[in-house]
Amino acid sequence: MKSSNDRNKPMNSGSDDAWLARPSTIRLLWWVFAVVLAVSVAVQLMFKVKGYFGVDGWLGFGAVYGFLACLAMVLFARLLGWFLKRNEDYYQERDRD
Amino acid sequence: MIDFLPPALILLLGALLIGPTRGALRTAVVLITPLLTLAAVWQVPDGVSLTLQFLQYPIEPIEGSPVRRLFATIFALMAFGGGLYAYRQARWFELAAAYAYAAGAIGVCFAGDLISLFLFWELMALFSTVVVWCGGTPGARAAGIRYAVMHLLGGVILKVGIEGVMVHTGSIEVRPMLADSFDHWMILVGILINAAAPPLSAWLSDAYPRSSPTGSVFLSAFTTKTAVLALILLFPGEPVLIGIGLFMVMYGIIYALLENDIRRILAFSIVNQVGFMVCAIGIGTQMAINGASAHAFAHIIYKALLFMSAGVVVYRTGKNRCSDVGGLFRTMPLTAVCGIIGALAISGFPLTSGFTTKTMISQAAANEGLVWVYFLLAAASAGVFLHAGIKFPWFVFFQRDSGLRPKDAPWNMAVAMVFFSVLCILFGVAPQLLYAYLPYPVEYEAYTASKVVFYLQLLLFSGLAFFLLLPLMKRTETISLDMDWLWRVAMPHSANWLQGLLTGLWQALNARLSQLGRYLSRRGRHYFGSQSEGGRQIHGVFARAWPIGTTALWIALLLTVYVFFYYLA
Repeated sequence: MKSSNDRNKPMNSGSDDAWLARPSTIRLLWWVFAVVLAVSVAVQLMFKVKGYFGVDGWLGFGAVYGFLACLAMVLFARLLGWFLKRNEDYYQERDRD
Repeated sequence: MIDFLPPALILLLGALLIGPTRGALRTAVVLITPLLTLAAVWQVPDGVSLTLQFLQYPIEPIEGSPVRRLFATIFALMAFGGGLYAYRQARWFELAAAYAYAAGAIGVCFAGDLISLFLFWELMALFSTVVVWCGGTPGARAAGIRYAVMHLLGGVILKVGIEGVMVHTGSIEVRPMLADSFDHWMILVGILINAAAPPLSAWLSDAYPRSSPTGSVFLSAFTTKTAVLALILLFPGEPVLIGIGLFMVMYGIIYALLENDIRRILAFSIVNQVGFMVCAIGIGTQMAINGASAHAFAHIIYKALLFMSAGVVVYRTGKNRCSDVGGLFRTMPLTAVCGIIGALAISGFPLTSGFTTKTMISQAAANEGLVWVYFLLAAASAGVFLHAGIKFPWFVFFQRDSGLRPKDAPWNMAVAMVFFSVLCILFGVAPQLLYAYLPYPVEYEAYTASKVVFYLQLLLFSGLAFFLLLPLMKRTETISLDMDWLWRVAMPHSANWLQGLLTGLWQALNARLSQLGRYLSRRGRHYFGSQSEGGRQIHGVFARAWPIGTTALWIALLLTVYVFFYYLA
């Protein structure tokens, strides 16, 4: 979470007056986000999620599944990236040949 | 006869009029013809309205049905929104080509037979290529040629299938079929090439981002979605489409995650979204076909909105890469907000059109007990939020401060974006407006507590994953190899290698031949030639001047032999 916060900072954070880019705002947004995440799971105690296949009705299934699916996709993309990524002028070089 | 003008014809006339008109008149043509087309679309009654005769085949260029009208409606709306967005910035020939392209798409919507479908299909291929070329860069020219080759190839394959069906069944009607014969497979493959299905999907991410900022808005809408309509009309319930759709969904996400070009991220997400529709068509139930149609309708709006937002960024900054922009929300608040609305809609957030349409497809999968399909689609929904829902707005409008302070969108672009943003939310909060026009009666409730909670969890925790995994998604100034590597690199290289091999063989053969030639010429000189040596002519054996007596002797000898054998016989 820390690295994400660092990333949120603009390069010239000192002179930046945009409300959204201030570290204090970003800290606040993280707190709000955390509360929203917690509420989205807690609300399942009140409104039962109707699972079509059993497991998808469990408490917090959507949360865990969504998170893990994204983790898997990001890692898989990174793995494929090692094989598939090339310099931007990869094809131009070939065009010039 | 018919008592209304064919919708495609109106738009085609509009396209023709854009060139000769000027100023306010041209603006009127650009803005009014799509609306006239829309009015005409709603005049088309159910069933065949017009039959012509061509080579003993009944040509039915106008056949109405709810699903055809639905697609034609969104295409006409798209032409209007795109025209509004582009008319002050795009050159006239780009607008004209885009309108002719849209006319082709609307023509396909109402094509009642395979021949007119094919003609409008090729009209689209032709004018979409021109739109790609309007990008104006050497890259756009090259990508346009690759795009044209791919679509002409797809057209030929489609034509082979159509010819086969004509010969084997004698009927050219557009009617549901399954991929159970060579002819049907050819038709399916021809359509799937336009749907950007694997393995021939690279044309989309290659060509669309190279068009102009206004051109990509038009390109995002028509080709792939006419392919979706063609699949709905021709191959509903074809099981192979489920697998193809799921592959497209995942392919789009993974490649978009690797991508740095702003508009190419969106191009990959077209493949991803069309994958949802193709999968639904494969499921083939009434709910699934409704889902595919509704999703196509909603998708055209929010994808065009995303391309509009990205187009404004490219237009104002001249930069195409995520790694070159960032922090643009400061001076482009409207573009950012509209982009975020499009991003939320594509992710299927509740209260947006993506939620009320995409969940219908998941519901159809659940109703059929397709466990894998249901869970993969749910994972893909999370992935959509990851690659398009957050990645696009985050890297373009937030991220770091790139120091760029471009102006916000020109007013016409802004109005078009606001218009499409409103539609995204309208169909999210009042889905009945769309459900009423779907091909089958809708018995579906999008806003149940269960669905809302499930998708909110899914999406919000995908958002958490995005921000936690940001270090793993650092933008690199790279491209990703795709299947087109085969014909852009491997094929030329193999051709070069083969050419080298053939040249070597030819040279070796040539060397042998010239050796033989030298030998023959030496022997020839020996027998027939003559040369001077030391002032004296030396003649070859047959070139010497023999005394006449020798000849007479030989003739006498031959005659003797002849007489001898004559009497002997």
